[in-house]
Amino acid sequence: MNLILHVWRQKSSGDAGRTVRYEANNVNADMSFLEMLDVLNESLMDRGEEPIAFDHDCREGICGMCGFMINGVAHGSQRGTTVCQLHMRHFKDGEELYLEPWRAKAFPVVRDLVVDRGAFDRIIAAGGFISIAAGSAPDGNTILVPKPAAEIAMDAAACIGCGACVAACPNASASLFTGAKITHLGVLPQGQPERTERVMSMVAAANRELFGSCTNIGECEAVCPKLIKLEVIARMNRDFIRASWSRRS
Amino acid sequence: MQLDSKLPSGPIETAWDRRKFEMKLVNPANKRKYSIIVVGSGLAGGATSATLAELGYNVKCFCFQDSPRRAHSIAAQGGINAAKNYQNDGDSVFRLFYDTVKGGDFRSREPNVHRLAEISLNIIDQCVAQGVPFAREYGGTLSNRSFGGAQVSRTFYARGQTGQQLLLGAYQAMERQIGAGQIKMFPRTEMLDLIVIDGKARGIVTRNLIDGKIAAHIADAVVLGTGGYGNVFFLSTNAKGSNCTAIWRAYKRGAAFANPCYTQIHPTCIPVSGDYQSKLTLMSESLRNDGRIWVPLKKGDKRSPDQIPEAERDYYLERRYPSFGNLVPRDVASRNAKAVCDEGRGVGETGLGVYLDFSGAFKRLGRGAIEERYGNLFEMYERITGEDPYKIPMRIYPAIHYTMGGLWVDYQLMSTIPGLFVIGEANFSDHGANRLGASALMQGLADGYFILPYTIGDYLASTKLDKADADNPAAREGVNGAAGLTNKLLSIQGTRSVDSFHRELGKLLWEHCGMARNARGLQQALQKIPELREEFWKSVRVLGSGEELNQSLEKAGRVADYMEFAELMCLDALRRNESCGGHFREEYQTPEGEALRDDEHYSYVAAWQYTGPGSPPALHKEPLEFDYVHPAQRSYK
Repeated sequence: MNLILHVWRQKSSGDAGRTVRYEANNVNADMSFLEMLDVLNESLMDRGEEPIAFDHDCREGICGMCGFMINGVAHGSQRGTTVCQLHMRHFKDGEELYLEPWRAKAFPVVRDLVVDRGAFDRIIAAGGFISIAAGSAPDGNTILVPKPAAEIAMDAAACIGCGACVAACPNASASLFTGAKITHLGVLPQGQPERTERVMSMVAAANRELFGSCTNIGECEAVCPKLIKLEVIARMNRDFIRASWSRRS
Repeated sequence: MQLDSKLPSGPIETAWDRRKFEMKLVNPANKRKYSIIVVGSGLAGGATSATLAELGYNVKCFCFQDSPRRAHSIAAQGGINAAKNYQNDGDSVFRLFYDTVKGGDFRSREPNVHRLAEISLNIIDQCVAQGVPFAREYGGTLSNRSFGGAQVSRTFYARGQTGQQLLLGAYQAMERQIGAGQIKMFPRTEMLDLIVIDGKARGIVTRNLIDGKIAAHIADAVVLGTGGYGNVFFLSTNAKGSNCTAIWRAYKRGAAFANPCYTQIHPTCIPVSGDYQSKLTLMSESLRNDGRIWVPLKKGDKRSPDQIPEAERDYYLERRYPSFGNLVPRDVASRNAKAVCDEGRGVGETGLGVYLDFSGAFKRLGRGAIEERYGNLFEMYERITGEDPYKIPMRIYPAIHYTMGGLWVDYQLMSTIPGLFVIGEANFSDHGANRLGASALMQGLADGYFILPYTIGDYLASTKLDKADADNPAAREGVNGAAGLTNKLLSIQGTRSVDSFHRELGKLLWEHCGMARNARGLQQALQKIPELREEFWKSVRVLGSGEELNQSLEKAGRVADYMEFAELMCLDALRRNESCGGHFREEYQTPEGEALRDDEHYSYVAAWQYTGPGSPPALHKEPLEFDYVHPAQRSYK
């Protein structure tokens, strides 16, 4: 199949950036989206043009490194799928696609489709952990975790930190990301001692990074490649309110 | 070069405890006076960065990805072994030790492996306490499954994302220390050289991948946790960015490289579909617990699988290895898949594939149980192939997955350069010639959380280090060298892309140094690699400049190193005239086609020393001794 691509090209964070039209010809249906871009890049280099920069690493949908907007949808329209796992069999011959980087104040563009997601790391650094130094843990089976709690924790912990939720949100809110970590640690017995502090400091960190507030739109859930549920935001809000009260008392 | 493995003597059960007591300690108040560089933020690098920082050392950690959470450990699916014996099925530290030595085809060090088996217990405790959401039983206890090559259930798992969850545990511990200012993190930064001052590793040269700045970082010790070299084959299950540059440049600064020919081929990957293919995707081998592997009995049988009656199917692993069946170790499963495909009985369009069939398991356990165990893997398979594995059996084929070889280290995890420590897949130490399933996560975390933090303290406490800074001549030479190499790659302005060279190298290696090797093929490869390298340096094309984010330039530097490393790998494979584990030499096999070791002549670690450009590397041998597990031909019949 042949496709028309309109790709955001921006040389550096200081550059204004613009959309450039490319033709991707003889695209094989079994290619992944990134393999299609690999082939396009090879042809660009043959013409002496610099290749399109995009982040990627594992290409198995787990590292969270890849991601950009395809026709305004984060990771494209295949549900529960990162762009590296999106295959060309879902596109039609002659289709026109607009590829843009994540757009959010907290995710400045580095080059082309590459953005800086360091803000996510700083949210985790603010409290997204259980403080336990190596060597001080009791035997694993002394901490019993009810199976349903383990399942909720795992559903939330599946977050890959790709940033699609922020890119899809009209408020550029990081609530799905932050709520996922707060849920993962907050439903486990191990996470209880720091539960109050954790939610307060992580929410504060997200605000500091200039992520917006959540207004329950739900775009984040719709694009999340790991199908993290909005429920994690409700859990975060509940923990936050409870933490605010318990701090006051 | 003298190889002193510093192995403990005396009873193996207490060797590590005794060594811990003998080692010197750094006073808590003095730890903050030391700085340590860690390269890589995966299970090994991430765990050790966090632990060293918890102890009070100043840590600088480097990774090429945009965040330490992306390291490729994240892609490990199946699980992590620990000899907890929670299942009451006869497991013990000694059994895990025994299985690992045997699984490694008697090419690993007994004391190292025993230490690994002991520490496996602490790892699970640590990870549970961190909040890793391991699978649970209804009573709330930890759940286990059995895994390739083991007859007990000792594998702990978090759905099909165990590596991700363990890595996030280490990452969160790291972020806690980053927040506390104890770790300084350098993401999107690549190591290009090792700085050796007065014979000791004292720093690294890095390139900032965003603005291209090349800089020297000085510390009191350097730790490499930079993973394996599987991507030398171009197509592998490694992440696209995984590379051997850090360990290769350390090798060129004097660190011995051990057993480079030991590469592991994983039996359950999704087969190649076309020339554009950029990487191969692994399906956890836990699938082999419930899936049955088969091919048609007849050659060239093109019927769809559901049209092939039971009597015309060959469940070849169950037939040849009745006691282990589909759970034979990876090297055995891979070689058998190749053998049936070579006979013309392979399936799929290319004929390079075998079926992994769950229809029996659906009947026995119900679809729900299978979905719970492997749901995400089934989805991934469907996403990639467009086929529904709930209806049609999966097609799988072996692919390069892990490398057992790596920089040589002693029992203290220190390389032949004092002050340079190597952990995780980047070293060679614990898996011998073949790694058992669910052992990579175990080794990375053992090295990172529980071994290196002790041994590096012993080094620092017993070594006098002079003051050094980035103006040191060795540091300046390193920076100039790295800048020179970058400029050279940019100035060639040739006609061929970096990937085209990498693909060609990969094909050459897969053909001559892949699943099966022979002397003639290896000699051919050794002739062709220098030719390809020469062409690379004449006609590679890297556009753009060095002062910006330039992904082609990054790749070019890595491929330049593969072009050199590939030669060492083939040379090692040629010099090892035996078959063992992942190294299968066609000339050395039993009449039944099993690997034939030569313990009399090859029971050693091959450690290669760099002797300068264009000069052949020198081979040093570390003999292996077995006091507890008697070498025998591995039998899984």
